Amino acid sequence: MFDKTLAELAQGLKQGEFSSVELTQAYLARIKSEDDKYNSFITVTEEQALTQAQAADEAIAAGTSGAFTGLPMAHKDIFCTEGVRTSCASRMLDNFISPYNATVVNKFNAAGAVMLGKTNMDEFAMGSSNESSFYGPSKNPWNTDCVPGGSSGGSAAAVAAQLTPAATGTDTGGSIRQPAALCGITGLKPTYGRVSRFGMIAFASSLDQGGPMTKSAEDAAMMLNVMAGFDKHDSTSVDREVPDYTADLNKPLDGLKIGLPKEFFMDDLDADIAAQTQAAIKEFEKLGATVKEVSLPNTALSIPAYYIIAPAEASSNLSRFDGVRYGYRCESPVDLEDLYKRSRGEGFGPEVKRRIMIGAYALSEGFYDAYYNKAQQIRRLIRDDFAKVLSEVDVIMGPTTPHPAFKIGEKSSDPVAMYMEDIFTISLNLAGLPGMSVPCGTVNGLPTGLQIIGDYFAEQKLLNVAHQFQLATDWHTQSPQGI
Amino acid sequence: MSLDRSDVDKIAHLARLQIEEQDAPEYAQNLSNILELVDQMQAVDTTDVAPMAHPLDAVQRLRSDNVTEENQREQLQSVAPAVENGLFLVPKVIE
Repeated sequence: MFDKTLAELAQGLKQGEFSSVELTQAYLARIKSEDDKYNSFITVTEEQALTQAQAADEAIAAGTSGAFTGLPMAHKDIFCTEGVRTSCASRMLDNFISPYNATVVNKFNAAGAVMLGKTNMDEFAMGSSNESSFYGPSKNPWNTDCVPGGSSGGSAAAVAAQLTPAATGTDTGGSIRQPAALCGITGLKPTYGRVSRFGMIAFASSLDQGGPMTKSAEDAAMMLNVMAGFDKHDSTSVDREVPDYTADLNKPLDGLKIGLPKEFFMDDLDADIAAQTQAAIKEFEKLGATVKEVSLPNTALSIPAYYIIAPAEASSNLSRFDGVRYGYRCESPVDLEDLYKRSRGEGFGPEVKRRIMIGAYALSEGFYDAYYNKAQQIRRLIRDDFAKVLSEVDVIMGPTTPHPAFKIGEKSSDPVAMYMEDIFTISLNLAGLPGMSVPCGTVNGLPTGLQIIGDYFAEQKLLNVAHQFQLATDWHTQSPQGI
Repeated sequence: MSLDRSDVDKIAHLARLQIEEQDAPEYAQNLSNILELVDQMQAVDTTDVAPMAHPLDAVQRLRSDNVTEENQREQLQSVAPAVENGLFLVPKVIE
């Protein structure tokens, strides 16, 4: 049962093979017995889950159920959940019981979903390994000595370990796609503005975007159907019709034009990952696609530009954590400045402090033009590169990451080495484009991902392309040994 | 761009962050490495390139000037570290 996709579970619920309560109990029991190995959940919401499952079973019996009714899932602990701790994996919010729901959470509740709990992540979503979590790192189910990736590492590990059939994630520089690749699951970062950011704790507001992390492209489509849509509470939410993302899944790929950026196949790319990416491209050719080399010349600049823009926005967003209105407050402050400094100094971990300081520095007097303004100019160059290529091809493909999962602790002493792992994913966030990662092979027993990039609001196309790949291959159905 | 201890102290103060004395050298080193990474940008000629603030070049949405929010003060203050009579409490700022 635990290897079933959302689509299969929905079928089982509909046909009465099992109830939502039975399904939920089975998953809760599995989390209880197995998650010690993976540390993928920060909070398990057993009681609420069973209440939601009961309501779902009643809706199914009454004939008022929808496509998502009764399906278990988990939320990354960055989404505010009313009455449930929302920690963002930080000591700062360890005591924070959210007084309201994120829009994404409301949407899943309204769709009849069952929330199993809140998943582990890098602190405030700042990281590519899950090691910056206040609750300790989540572990990769394919090899528990390795990181699951980040920042949505708990969501990826939980899906890969079959502790939940699906989970939400957020992606600011690759935080859905990179852990999806390293854990052998499917992840989708939608177009900026497609999914509401309201109640999704802000890291870098012009880059953050929530999305699904699942076993298959079909499941990602089902989840995006719930998540996407305009929200008046999010000032950058896009007011645009939401299509049925499952509608185009079965379209043939005959004539699909694929661009391979030469900058994605250079220097530091692991040779096995390069070979697997090429093998995946061959599958698409068999399905009728044509392939051509393209160029995204400013790819290498995406990391420098990102490490100004994201920290600058983070330093501004995280100024709200001041020990006054919610979250951690230091013991016996002597004055207001001491209250601010010690609450923040004790409440934030080292990576968060580094990024806040980089941002504060880049935005400080005299440096704005050299850093923030320059980065925003480079951002336009990167966006224009994509626009040019996407006027010639339907989708861009390449590896999601340059390497498979690395060992826990291997890169934690060198932040810059860690940042380089996001070289293929970061540019999409700067451009605001949608991207997916789907499993396409393994290297030494560790999964690797194929990244599929499309034009603005081309999620339907991406899901179609990914689904057809998954009909032709079985990488996405493979599980870690013993699971 | 290389930062020293006094730069770290200054930036930490701007960001209202307490940095422990023994951690300062490591921050100075890490922040210098990050700034070295981002300095790659300076080699690029961006004359006449307009800065891009929003991927879709969207503009701020406007709404009519009506009160739409309900008062949720009690609920929102229920998670505050210290409140009294609907006010957030902080250490004394005026002698």
